[in-house]
Amino acid sequence: MSVNAIKPGWDAGLKSSGAYQKLLAFASLVALIVVFSLASPNFLQTSNIIAILQATSVNGVLAIGATLVIITGGIDLSVGTLMTFCAVIAGVVLTYWGLPLPFGIVAAIAAGAVCGLISGTLVAKMRIPPFIATLGMMLILKGLSLVISGTKPIYFNGTPSFPTISTGSLIGAVVPGLPIPNGVLILFLVAGAVSYVLSRTVLGRYCFALGSNEEAVRLSGVNTDGWKMAIYALTGAICGIAGLLIASRLNSAQPALGQGYELDAIAAVVIGGTSLSGGRGTILGTIIGALIMSVLLNGLRILSVAQEWQTVLTGSIIIVAVYADMMRRRGN
Amino acid sequence: MSYLVRMTGIDKHFPGVHALRDARFELQPGEVHALMGENGAGKSTLMKVLAGIYQPDAGKIEVAGEEVTVAGPRAAQALGIGIIHQELSLMKDLTVAQNIMIGREPRKSFGRLDEGELNRRAAAALASIHMNIDPRTLVSGLTIARQQMIEIAKALSNRSRILIMDEPTAALTDSEIAELFAIIRVLKSEGVGIVYISHKMDELKRIADRVTVMRDGEFVGTVGAAETPVSTIISMMVGRALTDEAVRVPDLTHAPTALEVRNLSRGRAIRNVSFTLRRGEILGFAGLMGAGRTEVARAIFGADPRDSGEIIVDGQPRNIRSPREAVHAGIGYLSEDRKNFGLALGMDVRANIGMATLKRYSDGLGRIDEKGLAVAARKYVASLAIRTPSDRQEVRLLSGGNQQKVVVAKWLLRDCDVLIFDEPTRGIDVGAKAEIYRLLASLAEQGKALIVISSELPEILRVSHRIAVMCEGRLTGILPGGAATSQEDIMHLATQRDTTSKEHAA
Repeated sequence: MSVNAIKPGWDAGLKSSGAYQKLLAFASLVALIVVFSLASPNFLQTSNIIAILQATSVNGVLAIGATLVIITGGIDLSVGTLMTFCAVIAGVVLTYWGLPLPFGIVAAIAAGAVCGLISGTLVAKMRIPPFIATLGMMLILKGLSLVISGTKPIYFNGTPSFPTISTGSLIGAVVPGLPIPNGVLILFLVAGAVSYVLSRTVLGRYCFALGSNEEAVRLSGVNTDGWKMAIYALTGAICGIAGLLIASRLNSAQPALGQGYELDAIAAVVIGGTSLSGGRGTILGTIIGALIMSVLLNGLRILSVAQEWQTVLTGSIIIVAVYADMMRRRGN
Repeated sequence: MSYLVRMTGIDKHFPGVHALRDARFELQPGEVHALMGENGAGKSTLMKVLAGIYQPDAGKIEVAGEEVTVAGPRAAQALGIGIIHQELSLMKDLTVAQNIMIGREPRKSFGRLDEGELNRRAAAALASIHMNIDPRTLVSGLTIARQQMIEIAKALSNRSRILIMDEPTAALTDSEIAELFAIIRVLKSEGVGIVYISHKMDELKRIADRVTVMRDGEFVGTVGAAETPVSTIISMMVGRALTDEAVRVPDLTHAPTALEVRNLSRGRAIRNVSFTLRRGEILGFAGLMGAGRTEVARAIFGADPRDSGEIIVDGQPRNIRSPREAVHAGIGYLSEDRKNFGLALGMDVRANIGMATLKRYSDGLGRIDEKGLAVAARKYVASLAIRTPSDRQEVRLLSGGNQQKVVVAKWLLRDCDVLIFDEPTRGIDVGAKAEIYRLLASLAEQGKALIVISSELPEILRVSHRIAVMCEGRLTGILPGGAATSQEDIMHLATQRDTTSKEHAA
């Protein structure tokens, strides 16, 4: 809000009433942290905080990708299995073909962008509803990951530097005593970059415009199909980054992993105040949403709450967050 | 004579509809050219062809003497053609400036936006129509009138020489209309050619230079606005002269009472309203906006709770607490918003007519008796003269007047003897209105009891046997129908404010 007051017009998403929801989300995050740190002395340990951040990095990056498509009024259910697919592609390039690390990185991100472009084409050109198009892509990519890998994990033993993408610490090397893993650094870099794209570039402008009134944008002479495809492609590329992060953390591409991640990502987006009907949303909100989910899971685990109950609570949080969002909008 | 636009021989087919046949239109610089016609006459379609939204099947479009093809909205922009759509087409989550400059954002390298330049250009566009508003304001917070102005600024910022306005005053108040007309006069003096689509006859005389009338997708004629009487234009639109039949008030002194309302109250909206309605009677409800007419209807129908009051149907007191109970008591309510509350637009005529009566047309297992329903639906399609190819036609494809008849059929099939019509002719063509009036009269002759709520005084006077007038939630009087009552009599009662409420305000 204060940023907003200083720089009006800086960010369409910030300016909108979504700011209240984000404030609410931020307050919930702080409240959760306070409650857990009172309940357990272990919660605020540096190692635990780093664990939380590390756990947020994959879901956070995925959620950032999902945010873009959701702001356009669409949905992308394929982000989870696309992430896995990109990890498998990295495995193929690095382990099967034995190419150097940069090739693996570029291949994973490019694979993500291409798959995103395909989803975008299905939605924009063939007019298949995003829910259906990306549901199809979700299953196709899940299947392809298993086919390509022969249903077995691909290990990155030939590329010793691969795990450092996520678990190394550039910051720790520069500032001793602050061992923030690279995965977390990447999360915040991606967040910053996408935030910039959303608020300062034509692509970002059309994200909000499409979600707000697609027909009006089309009648204004804008190539809405092309922009929509570009937005889905960008979301795909971001899934590629998430794929690299998870593969690096596990030092392997696990082809059976991925399904279910899309729902966690969408949950983070929604908790962060992005409207599923499009036109409104922020990356900052999404990050807060992703943090709420991992703080909750981490805290409950520390308090030895059974995993079944953790899931129940996560579901409840999503419903409460969306309900709060609806009440706020009804109030307007 | 130089023309900005000349369209000739324009033909356009949609699936099942021949929307434009050999249509033509001419526009001179600096003129306001009104395009008139009933709904479905092809006005909007013709202008969408000019704006590149539709591609014509045949015909020639010349802009400033040169033959052109308008391939899309962007091509139209390049030719200096701007269109302001009937439904506001703004992006509410974006700012005023972002809306005005959509598709033409000033850019820096790598697709980055030049927000400062964008706001400056938008501000200049706003200044050109003397609009004092911060370009960084979010559109969602603006009134409809201001949003309309933003649309104009958006069209003009593109240096439009040709500006198409599709029913721009539909949602504006009188003072806002005056503001809009002032802007139109400025544009006119600068040589912009303006196409003005409207249904409102009084606006023609105020703003238009020439009028082109269309009917059934065809060109009927172009006449001067000042020298042509409104009645001539209307008869050009409907293809025949409209005679204004007067209402014939029947003698109902011996007719049984169908509905009696005693001391109906709900908060400040409805205050102690009592009246009776006889079989075969049409009781008009007149009043200004917010006088409480719709509230009374909704309270009788059980759609809103009431604080107190009795509702007696056919001599029996009924405790109506929900629309379900009202329908059970034989009361049908026809909302002014047919499309949202009266019809399932995507379903066919038969399904809509049967919507309230499915229980009668289904067996114990919930299977629908389609044959029986079809017989019933066809009966009403015939008796109400609903113009539809068959009872399987989707309701959204019917005209407004025929949609209204489908709603009437739904309640008739449900055996409702008391029908409450809320603004029965809203959104219905001039020609079809007369037909609705005849339908109301014939329903009354069949012994139905009708309440007709209308904001148009001529309509109230045209249909009502008696006229109930409301002001600030109170029934301020009931006047006789027919020639005995004038518009002034009604207005007198409609503005008869409560002295106690004045004291309250003070």
